[in-house]
Amino acid sequence: MNPRRSFFVLTTLAFGFAFLYVPILLMIAFSFNAGKLTTVWAGFSTHWYAALLDNEQMLSATALSLRIAAMTATGAVILGTVAGLVLARFGRFKGRTLLSGMTTAPLVMPEVITGLSLLLLFVALANLVGWPARRGVSTITIAHITFAMAYVTVVVQSRLATFEDALEEAAMDLGARPAKVFFVITLPIILPAIVSGWLLAFTLSWDDLVIASFVSGPGSTTLPMLIFSKVRLGVTPEINALATLMVTIVTIGIVVAAVWMQRQERARQRDVQLAQAAN
Amino acid sequence: MPTLTSPQQQKKNPQPQKQRIEPWSDPHAEPYLRIERITKKFGDFTAVDDVTLKVYKGEIFCLLGGSGSGKTTLLRVLAGFEEPTAGSVFIDGQDMTGIPPYERPVNMMFQSYALFPHMSVEKNVAFGLQQEGLPRAEISQRVAEMLEIVKMTPYARRKPHQLSGGQRQRVALARSLVKRPKLLLLDEPLGALDRKLREHTQFELVNIQEQLGVTFVVVTHDQEEAMTLASRIGVMNHGKIVQVGTPSEIYEYPNSRFVADFIGSVNMFEGRLVEDEPDYVRIASEELGGTFYIDHGVSSAPGATVWVALRPEKIAISRERSSENVDNAVPGVIKEIAYMGDMSIYLVRLPAGKTVRVTQPNVIRHAENRLTWDEEVWLHWHPSSAVVVTQ
Amino acid sequence: MAAPGYVTLGERMSVALAWLFQGITQSPAYRWLRKRGMRGRALVVAVPSLWLLLFFVVPFLIVLKISFAETAYSVPPYTPLIDWSGEQVLALKLYLSNYAFLLEDPLYFNAYVNSVKVAAISTILCLLIGYPMAYGIARASPAWRNVLLMMIILPFWTSFLLRVYAWIGMLRTDGVINDILLFIGIIDQPLVMLQTDIAVYIGIVYSYLPFMVLPLYANLEKMDLTLLEAAADLGSRPAKAFLRITLPLSLPGIIAGCMLVFIPAVGEFVIPALLGGPDSLMIGRVLWDEFFANRDWPVASAVAIAMLLLLVVPIMIFQYMQGRQMAAHR
Repeated sequence: MNPRRSFFVLTTLAFGFAFLYVPILLMIAFSFNAGKLTTVWAGFSTHWYAALLDNEQMLSATALSLRIAAMTATGAVILGTVAGLVLARFGRFKGRTLLSGMTTAPLVMPEVITGLSLLLLFVALANLVGWPARRGVSTITIAHITFAMAYVTVVVQSRLATFEDALEEAAMDLGARPAKVFFVITLPIILPAIVSGWLLAFTLSWDDLVIASFVSGPGSTTLPMLIFSKVRLGVTPEINALATLMVTIVTIGIVVAAVWMQRQERARQRDVQLAQAAN
Repeated sequence: MPTLTSPQQQKKNPQPQKQRIEPWSDPHAEPYLRIERITKKFGDFTAVDDVTLKVYKGEIFCLLGGSGSGKTTLLRVLAGFEEPTAGSVFIDGQDMTGIPPYERPVNMMFQSYALFPHMSVEKNVAFGLQQEGLPRAEISQRVAEMLEIVKMTPYARRKPHQLSGGQRQRVALARSLVKRPKLLLLDEPLGALDRKLREHTQFELVNIQEQLGVTFVVVTHDQEEAMTLASRIGVMNHGKIVQVGTPSEIYEYPNSRFVADFIGSVNMFEGRLVEDEPDYVRIASEELGGTFYIDHGVSSAPGATVWVALRPEKIAISRERSSENVDNAVPGVIKEIAYMGDMSIYLVRLPAGKTVRVTQPNVIRHAENRLTWDEEVWLHWHPSSAVVVTQ
Repeated sequence: MAAPGYVTLGERMSVALAWLFQGITQSPAYRWLRKRGMRGRALVVAVPSLWLLLFFVVPFLIVLKISFAETAYSVPPYTPLIDWSGEQVLALKLYLSNYAFLLEDPLYFNAYVNSVKVAAISTILCLLIGYPMAYGIARASPAWRNVLLMMIILPFWTSFLLRVYAWIGMLRTDGVINDILLFIGIIDQPLVMLQTDIAVYIGIVYSYLPFMVLPLYANLEKMDLTLLEAAADLGSRPAKAFLRITLPLSLPGIIAGCMLVFIPAVGEFVIPALLGGPDSLMIGRVLWDEFFANRDWPVASAVAIAMLLLLVVPIMIFQYMQGRQMAAHR
């Protein structure tokens, strides 16, 4: 293969990454701004971070968002894994097209539509059966689970598609019933996919503004909702400080995960080579 | 109940002299595995077409066929992964209809070995026993014994990705045998191994089978594998069993052109019965440019079109015509020679135009007067060498 | 050598889950279901299906129903779902009034057209930037590839809202971009970039770029490089090989990426709300305003249904491509 990389490709790559990262870097830079503006530099200071930690509203919104995201991720993973398993393994069955459609549509559905429709559902349900009496954490969680599980389904389904069939058959052949096969053989092997599905669902929930705005109630303001209202009114670098903290945490998380996976992979390669050589 | 004897035990109690077992020729013998009129269709496509087979205890039975012949589907029906469209399977007298794979006294060794990647060798082998709910001590003991038999004891704690292909195969074998199944199914067991390893493993496999006495059903497309492993071979084509017999029966007495052509190489001649007597037949063949004289009778109408199959190794090639044979002799010109080391393959063109394949072992190391290209030669064969096939 | 009976915690958990599951299947409730002919499989299918039916499909039906209702000064602000009074004539009269309203008022029509236009242009821009990036990553050495992929994904994991907000800072008249341009001397007056269509394009491309790059990368990475080698061997120049081999083969990735960007972009709210201006309304914003500002739920519902109708074909294309991709794996 021609190793000479095209100049065009390289410049686009450079431009693309600059495009992606310059705003983030600027945001981080201005979080240390001594002045009140986010565009005019007035000296170095970390007092916005202190202000952030004192901000009750911010902290409680963060806590709420974390709670909802964790519950969403867990719920989405359970439902999404089951859906992914069904679509990947169960062949043709009545209602397959319906399930398949219901798990791919949320991937692209505009959030305003999903948000509006869920709110109308909750209102109608409240009229019909009395639940949910008040919208809040539970309604937001349900809404988030519904659209996040679609992503988990895709992740799990594609992992199962590359999963060796023979493993499950071998387990059955050796005497394990189908349920046992799933929990003892399939699940441990696809665990990395499930973990990444959990993280994906967590991020989607954590980040969501539109749907949460539709289905939340008084007293349940998520972090994105809070930020949005602040951004509309007028911002201080406090928001930058928040953004910097988030970016830092995420970056550390990703780098750690990547390094850990690299190490695993290298150890694995070494093992395989040793085995070949020994033969 | 087959006993597991480790190599140490075997040295102390040498086995008695091996008796040649041929239960299929005994009309009173009860088959261990009975396949009765099994048919498997996938929509319009018939993968297995009305197959009936009897396999006896302690046999190694090979299903031999090309891809699409239905052999793998038949194996999966035996294992319980496919439900037959029609017919039934009986193992040791028990009807297996409707019984799922995890309840059958059958184990399978998969072509890809299917070792559980997240478990060590030990745990892989122990898995089947754990499903039976046996006590831990017994599981440990049986696993240890099995690993000893397949010579994988030092690798017990390794994971599959730390093993080579041959080692993985042995673990797969151990895992499927440790449950002492009534029937072991093997799907292309030697396909993934390289040539040297394959030969070595072929003999090992047969030894282990004889040691444990388990009945094997092997599926393969490799005739060499089938010939080495099998006590009997069932040749399959388009979902049907075309011929069943011992390796020598299949090779020397093929019942059809397909079987003759499928196993080994063969020269096939179309001909016409001109003389049909109970103890010999003469067949005139234009392709040959002469007549075949075959020293046994053939059940066919005179004047009927038949085919004569003549194996390359049965033909003698020389510069002079033998004075003995009048039939079973034909002149030709050497067109191609392939020197294989242990033998040479000659492609000889007959006057009628057909090319005949002849093989000769290179018995003499330094032959001065070797046959060479474009030489005129004579081909001879014995009256009993050719086989008549009528389909 | 420890006995193979030795079990790790993870294995204990797996076995416990299996045991729990088997316990459920032994329970009388399950057996009752079995008697009615439902196999275990049907239940497994039912769990996610029922959830999605209730929380995904039924809501759409409700939206449809309410789009035919009338605004009312009540809680909830629309006429009841189930009308027992049997006023058929009245119901018929209201049937299409909301939709008629949509068609009459040019605001809505323009918003739809504008949304499609903006989404389409953004998708194309995304493709133009994303394709070379995906190509570059796919052709990079394995070590670089992982790093680059990580760098594409990292922004995705950080808050979408905050990243859009970052652009506000950059695009303001006193923002960084204007500062630099003024400093260099390219312009005399600061450019007005916020509250314009340009800002919306930048915002959408910025947010959705990973969604374009990842499917493209997945497709390009799997491509058999020997095809290009064969082409070169047969005398084809690199550019031609790209056009005639690489590009057509990457078409599924292109379509997937475009659908993943275009469809949500049409209904996008946050970016137009923060970066867009009042003269270039997008339909997502219209829906939001109808709902939160005007409190007009029936009209909002009608807007939503109309948006769905608009997107039905692209959504079906996307589902078809997804289905093919899953099938191709096996």
